Amino acid sequence: MSTADSLDQIKGAVHTAVRHDSAENHVTGQSVFIDDMPNVPGTLHGALVKSPHAHAKIDSIDISAARDLPGVHAILLAGDVPGRNDVAPIFEDEPILAKGPVEYIGHPIAVVAAETMDIARAAAALVVVNYIELEPVLTIEEALSRKSFTSPPQIMRRGNSIQGIADARHQISGEVSCGGQDHFYLETHIALAVPQEDRDMLVYSSTQHPTEVQHGVATVLGVPVNAVTTEIRRMGGGFGGKESQSTIIAALAALMAAKTRRPVKLRLARDDDMVVTGKRHDFLFRYQAGFDSDGRIEGIDILMACRAGNVADLSSSVLIRALCHADNAYYLPNAHIHGYPCKTNTVSNTGFRGFGGPQGMVAIETVIDHIARELGKDPDDVRRANFYDTADRDTTHYGQKVEDNIIAEMVDSLSREIDYPARKQAVAEFNRQNSVLKKGIALMPVKFGISFNLPTLNQAGALVHVYTDGSVHLNHGGTEMGQGLYIKVAQVVASTFQIDIDQVKISSTNTAKVPNTSATAASSGSDLNGMAAHDAANQIKARMAGVAADHFEVDDGEIEFRNNRVYARNESLSFAELAQLTWENRVSLSATGFYSTPKIGWDNDTMTGRPFYYFSYGACVSEVVIDTLTGENRVLRTDILQDCGRSLNPAIDLGQIEGAFVQGMGWLTMEELWWDDKGALRTHGPSTYKIPGSRDVPPEFNVHILEDAPNREPTIFRSKAIGEPPLMLALSVWLALRDAVASVGDHQLLPNLNTPATAEAVLMAVDDIQNRSQGGNS
Amino acid sequence: MPVRFQLNGVLIEENDVSPSMTVLDYLRENRLLKGTKEGCAEGDCGACSITIQSALGRVKTVNSCLMLVPQLDGMSVLTVEGLSAPDAPPHPVQQAIVDNHAAQCGFCTPGFVMALYAFTQTGETVTPDSIHEAIAGNLCRCTGYRPIVDAAVSLGSKAEKVIPPAIEQSEYYTDGNEDFFAPRSLGDLVALKSQHPEAFVLAGGTDLAMRASKDRQPFGQVISTANVTELNQIERDEVSVTFGAAVNYTRALPVLEDIAPSFAQLVRRLGSRQIRNLGTIGGNICNASPIGDTPPCLIALDATMIVHGTGGRREIPADAFFTDYRKTALEPDEILEAIRVPLPSPELVFRAYKVSKRFDQDISAVVGGFAVKIENGIVISARVSLGGMAARPARAPTCEAALIGQPWTLDTAIAAGTVLAEEFTPLTDFRASQGYRARVAGNLLQRFYLDTTQQDMPVEVMAL
Repeated sequence: MSTADSLDQIKGAVHTAVRHDSAENHVTGQSVFIDDMPNVPGTLHGALVKSPHAHAKIDSIDISAARDLPGVHAILLAGDVPGRNDVAPIFEDEPILAKGPVEYIGHPIAVVAAETMDIARAAAALVVVNYIELEPVLTIEEALSRKSFTSPPQIMRRGNSIQGIADARHQISGEVSCGGQDHFYLETHIALAVPQEDRDMLVYSSTQHPTEVQHGVATVLGVPVNAVTTEIRRMGGGFGGKESQSTIIAALAALMAAKTRRPVKLRLARDDDMVVTGKRHDFLFRYQAGFDSDGRIEGIDILMACRAGNVADLSSSVLIRALCHADNAYYLPNAHIHGYPCKTNTVSNTGFRGFGGPQGMVAIETVIDHIARELGKDPDDVRRANFYDTADRDTTHYGQKVEDNIIAEMVDSLSREIDYPARKQAVAEFNRQNSVLKKGIALMPVKFGISFNLPTLNQAGALVHVYTDGSVHLNHGGTEMGQGLYIKVAQVVASTFQIDIDQVKISSTNTAKVPNTSATAASSGSDLNGMAAHDAANQIKARMAGVAADHFEVDDGEIEFRNNRVYARNESLSFAELAQLTWENRVSLSATGFYSTPKIGWDNDTMTGRPFYYFSYGACVSEVVIDTLTGENRVLRTDILQDCGRSLNPAIDLGQIEGAFVQGMGWLTMEELWWDDKGALRTHGPSTYKIPGSRDVPPEFNVHILEDAPNREPTIFRSKAIGEPPLMLALSVWLALRDAVASVGDHQLLPNLNTPATAEAVLMAVDDIQNRSQGGNS
Repeated sequence: MPVRFQLNGVLIEENDVSPSMTVLDYLRENRLLKGTKEGCAEGDCGACSITIQSALGRVKTVNSCLMLVPQLDGMSVLTVEGLSAPDAPPHPVQQAIVDNHAAQCGFCTPGFVMALYAFTQTGETVTPDSIHEAIAGNLCRCTGYRPIVDAAVSLGSKAEKVIPPAIEQSEYYTDGNEDFFAPRSLGDLVALKSQHPEAFVLAGGTDLAMRASKDRQPFGQVISTANVTELNQIERDEVSVTFGAAVNYTRALPVLEDIAPSFAQLVRRLGSRQIRNLGTIGGNICNASPIGDTPPCLIALDATMIVHGTGGRREIPADAFFTDYRKTALEPDEILEAIRVPLPSPELVFRAYKVSKRFDQDISAVVGGFAVKIENGIVISARVSLGGMAARPARAPTCEAALIGQPWTLDTAIAAGTVLAEEFTPLTDFRASQGYRARVAGNLLQRFYLDTTQQDMPVEVMAL
């Protein structure tokens, strides 16, 4: 096995900053995304007919005018689905085309296949649908009061929260909410379905979950799973938005392809993508907490109600992760955390980087902030008082022991590094001298559980071939959406074989090569697929070692793979020569690898267990400034310390940390999903929905990866997952904005600042504090 | 006459392409240049960025989704595929992005490559500020931008000497179904407008082109003002500067910087470089959006619109030009010829402010133009004009009255701000609520006072 410090190191070993495998193709425009694939002659294009009402019965549909438009090949309704009109990822009854009432504005009713996209869109506009409007439920509050849920409420309990709160010296209660978030991957949803012989279907789908696409297409077409193949080389961003939602798009494309016997491409225009497909769940939280004079929590009750939208999709899983992160880094002795997936007449929400974790942390960080204001303490002191700690305070509210706790060390290390106390003083000094602009500063610790909450999903497969020239073909179930999974797994294989990474051919994810995969989600991509590929490569390597041992007449144990060669005492062969020799000896040079995460388990009835193999940790301090006249605000500086275990690729991990932070910052500040009173999303393109631009990134942005921190669990080369955890570090921005707002009232009052903390929200919170504080100047 | 342009070094003549086809669709579908991406089809993400250069002009980055094919006439066009030869090493801009790990999913990358390429060709000083400005029209959802900015820093700005060929331009193009007129003189423009009253008048097209890119509707007839000589002049005399209506923002910026730096600062936030390279002040005015950024400033500066119709030329004060929601005082046969901005006198105190969710490339919730003259500490004249507060860009006469004759103090600013907050009944929409708009409008007057009187106190978050 390689080490980073060996002198004769292969190119592209693990733990080195190898560049993204597609970097050169990206910059020269040669990377092929699905819409860039050459069009097979005869390819048709799809368009959606969407509901203009949030809740309505379909009275009649007249497709005659649309059908008569030249170039139109098919107009398909729910009744045209040959199999089962259902692509629910967890539950049932989530149709790709509305079969009962339409349940949100944008709900697909029909698809049109035509010779060009423009004809398809024009035809879709000619489909006449008469509706009988029904009363919509548009808010979380309303669904909650009607007890209208997409799946049963989920409850986590430890000890006696009522008693814990009542017996504590201090009590608080309150409410806070956080907004949703559009993924805004630059490449919108797309699928290209190509009919094959025997009614088989090949589907190119921009998806994080090729297997689910395969299943969904098979279900909709009424064919066995083996009749469908899904392939994806790369997505133009995913972020969770292409975990379950891609299946809808792919199944619609496949339906049209099956009916027309032509290849059909369905690419959503940006506005359709934002209106028709799901987003991060917005949440409403109501909390009560009891605590001692140090701010130490003794009992807590948190209601977490999320906007599931019209169907369940992944909402129950998102909710359980929110419940599991209601603690963040804090020990909750008596806890009652209860979650409600609220059914609303808005688009069904779905996974998004963090998957409920970030939302769960909004709740507990608000509680911490509230306790601090109540006691007149520094929130950081309250945080520290509540950190997971020694044996009597080391178990989560769902029963998992926090074995790898490094929260306090990381927070201390970061605080020292940036001289946090002095920075706080400087902020206070600035605020004394400035009346219009006010600064705020805050620290956010993060503990994030790694593994899919559902143990079953924590498995992966890989397929590795070695060819007789020593070149290697690599395939696995993970998908590439820019996060660098392909290069990381290739590094694993290169290191395992001890060959240069340019000998490893990365290939598109394909359900015919590696079956029954899990989504590339939950930050698990490299943990799972890296291990599976490592397993496959090790199997081949062991066989090759056997051949080499016979050849050199030594024991297997004396064979060493090192720097593109295979050594036995003072003799050696090149890796390619050994590959040829292995073939000549009629020994297989191909293997499938498999991995299932050990140690994990979950009891869904008691909502307890060890859902997470390990935790990832991080700490972050952000400093912001607000304008008390307009609410305009800006992050001035951010310092991050992030745990990556022993990073597989520090350059890729740095990109994940920075990207996740900025995405989280956007969620918490400027990204606002705005629905009107009819339930129409009015922010459905970049002109109305604002994600951060380059100027919004903190001008001073220091990111450090925690050094000498190998994962204590034997993960792939002792690395840690990185995709999601740093997103939650951005909560420091929101906390700093709250700090800045609170400074207007001399930190005596709790700011009413939900997320997103837009300029408007900040100004309203400032005005509110001024109105509430006696000495206010409003 | 065909549309003629050079594409990645090769001269192209097109005779059959619909004049309503966007350049993005043309590149991807007709030329199979798939490196240029569609991310939004509304000019806000930059994934479709390319560069264009006229025979005498500079390299400019534009959104190909917001350009119609006939607008390429006479241009040299570069796409990401043309920046380096197929088997040659990547262009330094491309290599810098590779070296800085500045591409993740890669979908936005070609657009960033082209925007940064154009930036390196400007010769401007490379600072964080100039880089942010250069890529304000490009969105990346993966990297968090830091490595992209680092790539730009590593490149510096070093213009390559590329002299584009002179390509003869057409005055008329048709595919047989639709017409695209590109007159060269004001007389021809006015004549065409009266002959084709239903035709779309296209200046930069950064708003109008969405009819093609998003709505997928043909134009039928388009009259482009881009090549009209008289509309491309910037004339300055002792008392005023006159901008031809077809002068784009990029050309207007240095002049505005000179006469009203605060206005220039606002124009820098008005769309991205891609937008400003095509978009014109004339277009912003004739569009007559209630949330357009330039009208409140022009009204506050007491600008004059010079319009031209079959009956000749007439002048309309800026504050009388906008008559209602998206309506102007232009007669059907008239076009906007020029905008005359009086040179602010030394005693005029002027500021323009824009409040939006994002600093760059965002449409305003509120935009305000404030101009006062102070004599012996007393406000002797005031022009306050706002966008985002009513159906049209509008002056605030009650607020102005509350300022004139008063001592120029914070109390006056607060009192007049309260008046201003109540002077309009703005809408609640996805950009801002009614209450916020009103409150901010009033507070901006406070900022105006502090900004222009308290030199040592920062009053905007971007000042830090």
